Amino acid sequence: MRLILLVKRPQPSRGWTYATPILAVVLTMVFGGLLFAALGQDPFVTIRTIFLDPLFSEFAWFYRPQLLIKGAPLVLIAIGLSFGFRAGIWNIGAEGQYIVGAISGAAVGLAFYPTESVFIFPLMIVAGAIGGTLWALIPGILRVKFGTNEILVSLMLVYVAEQFLASMALGALRNPEGMGFPGSRNLSQYPSAANLEIIAGSGMHWGVVAALIAVIMAYIGLSRHIFGFNVRLSGQSPRAARFAGVNPGLLVLICMGISGGLAGLAGLFEVAGPAGQISIDFNVGYGFTAIIVAFLGRLHPVGILLAGGLLALTYIGGEIAQSNLGLPIAAIQILQGMLLFFLLAVDVLTNYRISFGRQLA
Amino acid sequence: MTDPLLRLSGLTKAYPGVVANKDVSFNIGRGEVHALLGENGAGKSTLVKTIYGLVKPDSGSMTLEGQPFEPADPHAARNAGVAMVFQHFSLFDAMNVAENIALGMENPPPQAQIAAQVRTVSDQYGLPLDPDRIVGELSAGERQRVEIIRCLLQDPKLLIMDEPTSVLTPQEVDILFETLRQLSAEGTAILYISHKLEEIRALCDNATVLRLGQVVGECDPRATSARDMAELMVGSKLHVPERAEKPTGEVVLALDGLSAKAPHQFGTPLRDINLEVRKGEVLGIGGVAGNGQDELVASLSGEMKTVKTMIRYKNEGIGHLPPNARRKIGLLAAPEERIGHAAAPDMTLTENAILTAMTREKLTTKGFLHWAKARRFAEEVIAGFDVRTPGPQNMARSLSGGNLQKFVIGREVMQNPDVLVVNQPTWGVDASAAAAIRQALLDLAAKGAAVIVISQDLDELMEISDRFAALNEGRLSTPRPAKGLTVEEIGLMLGGAHDMEVAHVDG
Repeated sequence: MRLILLVKRPQPSRGWTYATPILAVVLTMVFGGLLFAALGQDPFVTIRTIFLDPLFSEFAWFYRPQLLIKGAPLVLIAIGLSFGFRAGIWNIGAEGQYIVGAISGAAVGLAFYPTESVFIFPLMIVAGAIGGTLWALIPGILRVKFGTNEILVSLMLVYVAEQFLASMALGALRNPEGMGFPGSRNLSQYPSAANLEIIAGSGMHWGVVAALIAVIMAYIGLSRHIFGFNVRLSGQSPRAARFAGVNPGLLVLICMGISGGLAGLAGLFEVAGPAGQISIDFNVGYGFTAIIVAFLGRLHPVGILLAGGLLALTYIGGEIAQSNLGLPIAAIQILQGMLLFFLLAVDVLTNYRISFGRQLA
Repeated sequence: MTDPLLRLSGLTKAYPGVVANKDVSFNIGRGEVHALLGENGAGKSTLVKTIYGLVKPDSGSMTLEGQPFEPADPHAARNAGVAMVFQHFSLFDAMNVAENIALGMENPPPQAQIAAQVRTVSDQYGLPLDPDRIVGELSAGERQRVEIIRCLLQDPKLLIMDEPTSVLTPQEVDILFETLRQLSAEGTAILYISHKLEEIRALCDNATVLRLGQVVGECDPRATSARDMAELMVGSKLHVPERAEKPTGEVVLALDGLSAKAPHQFGTPLRDINLEVRKGEVLGIGGVAGNGQDELVASLSGEMKTVKTMIRYKNEGIGHLPPNARRKIGLLAAPEERIGHAAAPDMTLTENAILTAMTREKLTTKGFLHWAKARRFAEEVIAGFDVRTPGPQNMARSLSGGNLQKFVIGREVMQNPDVLVVNQPTWGVDASAAAAIRQALLDLAAKGAAVIVISQDLDELMEISDRFAALNEGRLSTPRPAKGLTVEEIGLMLGGAHDMEVAHVDG
C-alpha cells in the first residue's frame, strides 16, 4: 500500500503561495470545460468565450470598459473584506452593506433634486460610506457586546437589506414622475449626482478611482502600518495579539466598519453610475462574489486587484456565453464557485508538501 | 539469567540532517525501574517512540520477552504490553474521568464498568481518583493519574513515563513514587524519563544516559552523585548561574489585595494577593500549573484588567492600564505558552520582535513601522541570547522550543525593564539554554530590575530566587527568604497550608 502523506512545511512555500491561484484557475477551466461538455457545449469554445473573448474578440472594444465597471465594485468590496478575513472576522454580508450604501447615497442625492451643486456628489459618497459602515456595525456590535456570530448576523442582514431596497424602490424613493413604475429617478441623468465616466467610453468612473486608491491604501496599511500588523497578528494568534496590546473588540468594529464602508461606497458608485437608479433588482451579487475575489487574491491588495479583474471577466464572458451560446447563467455561477473551491483545495500545498509514503507491510 | 523483558540492540534512527539515535543498546529487566536520562534533543523521545511503535528504526532490533518486537503502531505496542504516559496529557476537559478513559479503548465496556475498574485500580495503587469528576476541574496531578490508570487498565508489562513529575507538587511526587514502586514490586517494568536527577536517584534501579543520540553511560543512580550524572548528560562541566550579592532597593511593584474572576470556565480566580517586589530582587513563585499562574501573569501584563489600585507600580495604580501602557513605564512580561501567546508562530522573528518591543524600542512613528529598526532589534536579541536560527526573517515556528524561549525572554530582557514577570522561563528547554536564561534573569536583577519568576521547577526557583512564595488555588502565600527553606516547608506552601506560615514568618 502506498500512502500519500501531507507533511507540514517549516516555512510556508513562497512558490506555492503564488502558484496556487493559477493552479486553481487552470483546474476551474478543466472542470468547467467538463461541465460545459456535459451541458452539450464545446468546452474549448465555451472557455474561450468566457475567458478570452471579452479581451480579444472583435467586440472587445465594447467589453473592455465593462471589465472596469464590473471589476471596480468587486475590488472595492474585497479590499474591505480582506482586513476582516485576515483578522478572523467574517463579514459575509457585504451584499447588504452594498445595498444600504447605495440607498443612503442615492437618498442624499435625490433629496437635493433638482438643485445643481458640486457638493452633492461628494456628500453622496460620504453618505454611502456611512450607510454601509453602520449596516456592518450591527453584526460587529452584536458580536462584541453579546458574542453573536457575525457570519450569521451579517448574512441575515443581507435579506433585511434586500427587503429594505424593495420597499425604498416602491415607496420613499420611487420616481414621482415614473408613472407608478417601481424604481427611483435616474441619478446618472442628474448631473450633480451622476457618477460619470472620467474618460468617455473607457469605463473609468469614480468607483474605479476609489478601488485603486483602496488597493494602494490597503497595501500600505497592511505592510507598513501597525494597524495592518495587528490585523494579521489577530488572525494568526489571537492570544498573542491580546498580549501585544490589541483590543479585540475594537478590532472587530474597525474591520467591520472598513468592510461595510467600502461596500457602501461600491454601492453608491454603482447606483449613481452604471445602474443609475434604485430598483428592486439593483444588487447582482457583487458582495458575495467579492468573497471569492478576496480569497483568490490571497487577501493581498495586489492579488485582489488581479482577482477582481478575473472575476469581472467571468461575469462578462458569462454574459457573452449566455447570449451567444445559450449557456444558463447558473453554469457561470457554478464556474465562479468552482474557482473558490479549487483555490481552497490547492491552498493546502502552500503549508504542506505531499510525500509519498514508504511501502508498508 | 533469563532473558530481560525488553532488549534493545543497535537501534539507529536518522532524520534528515540529524541522527536521533545511534546504535542504542540496553536491557530492561522485569520489574526494573530504568531511568532514561538526557538533555532535550538527546534522542530520548525518538527512542521511546520507537519502543511505543510511533517511529520505525532504520536499523537495529528489539526483543520483548525473548520474542522479536517490531510494533508497527502504538496499537500493536499496547497489545504486546507496552503502555505510555505522555508528558502532555491527551484528555478532554469537558468530559468526566471514565469517559476520557473509555475514549482511549478499542472496545470500551459500559461506563459503569469502567468506573468500577477505575475505583478498583485507584484503590489498589493508592491513586485517589473519582471516575465521575469532570477532567477540567482536576489538578495536573489528578489528570496524570487519569493517564496512569488508563495505562494500568491494560495491565502492561512495561510502563513508559515521560517527565511525569514536572507538573506535580513534592507530596504528589511521593504518591506517584509509591505507586511506581508497588508496580515494580509486582513485576511491571518502568522506563522513567526525566532530567531531574534527585528523583532518579530516589526511584530508579538503573540509568542509561543518552547524549546526541548515543548511549554515553550506564550507572547505578543510587551510587552516583547527581552532579556526576548531570555532567555525563551534558558532556561538560555544568555552568551554575552566578549571582552577585546585592542589597535590594525600594519597592517598585506592589499588589494590594489583587483579586480577579476566572477569565474562562477552566481558569482560576485570583484571591486577595498581597505582595511587594523590590528593585534588584528575584522573587520566585512556585506552584502546580493551573493554580492561577496564567491569571497572575495576565493581570500583570495588562491582558486582564483589574481594579486600578490593586496593582501599584512606583506608587501609581496601574491595574486598569492596557499592555502597551505598562510596557511604556517599564513593566514587561513573558507568558508561559511560547507558541501562540508569547510569539506568533507564523510570523517572522522580526515581526515577533515588534509584538512586544514596539513601544519601548520605538519601532513605530505615528503607527508606521520601522522595519529596518525592528530587524536590527531582532538581530540583537538573536545575537545576545545565542538564538540558533539562520536569521530574523525566519518564522518563529521554525525554531526549536529552547531557541524560541531564548528569543522570547531575550526580547523582554533587552528592553531593559524595571520589572520583568516571566512564567515558566525554562519549560521544555535543554539544560544549557536553561542555564543561560537563568543567568540573564539574574544579570537583569543585578542591574537593578525586579524579576518575578513563576515556575513549577522548584530547583530552578531555589537556585535563582531571593524570596519564595507559592500559588495555590489563586492565593499567594507570604513570600519567605528562599535561603534555608526545606523541601517539606516548600511542599506545605505549595499545598496551600497557609496557617503554618504564621508561626514561621521571620520578616
